[in-house]
Amino acid sequence: MLKIDRATYDAIVAHAKKDHPDEACGVVAGPEGSDHPERFVPMVNAARSPTFYEFDPSDLLALYKEMDERDEEPVVVYHSHTATEAYPSRTDIGLASEPNAHYVLVSTREHGNSDGPVEFRSYRIIDGAVTEEEVTVTDELRSKA
Amino acid sequence: MAIEVRIPTILRTYTGGEKAVSGEGATLSEVIDDLESNHPGIKERLIEGTDLRRFVNVYVNDEDVRFTGGLGTSVADGDQVVVLPAVAGGCGLTRAEWASTANI
Repeated sequence: MLKIDRATYDAIVAHAKKDHPDEACGVVAGPEGSDHPERFVPMVNAARSPTFYEFDPSDLLALYKEMDERDEEPVVVYHSHTATEAYPSRTDIGLASEPNAHYVLVSTREHGNSDGPVEFRSYRIIDGAVTEEEVTVTDELRSKA
Repeated sequence: MAIEVRIPTILRTYTGGEKAVSGEGATLSEVIDDLESNHPGIKERLIEGTDLRRFVNVYVNDEDVRFTGGLGTSVADGDQVVVLPAVAGGCGLTRAEWASTANI
């Protein structure tokens, strides 16, 4: 199960809506081993594409160095699909490389940049196997890192 | 002194869980061969044919090796090599498929 606070959930949805029709992407970092997503880090989609996302390689290095210094890991890796359902594609599955992460998929296909509900779903992706999990949104405040 | 190689989570199965291992060589290619001799199987995860895999990023002293000569990038004692898989994916459609599916 993914447990995520309301502010972080809303921030992910807002990022996906803002970048629509391109795919949006980012992570929520948290203390290593805690399974607690705390620090929302939106990333630039270097592909700037409605069908593909990739963290810029130099941003990626900076992100991982920063997480390393803080003893954090990417608890959530999120991205959006902008014309299809919030389910990992074959591309997503093939490239998933964080076995400890919750892979969050948001679909903006219904409302695009506008207000309105989105699909927000979470998965484990390990060795090509996808397991959907429940998402619980909590009202606790995001801890300030 | 040797070269420190930082290993991403997904490849730590090859390093007994170690986050960093040491390697030797004068080029990135030699360092990877040295890694392979101590951690068999890891090379295949980094290299496809004669080049780095498209979705594996390697940095020598914070420089992306794609801009410094790829596998031929020089390394020296005390240098740090960081390996990071790309964080990437996407809906898997072509642009044309996307356009015919999108609600626009």
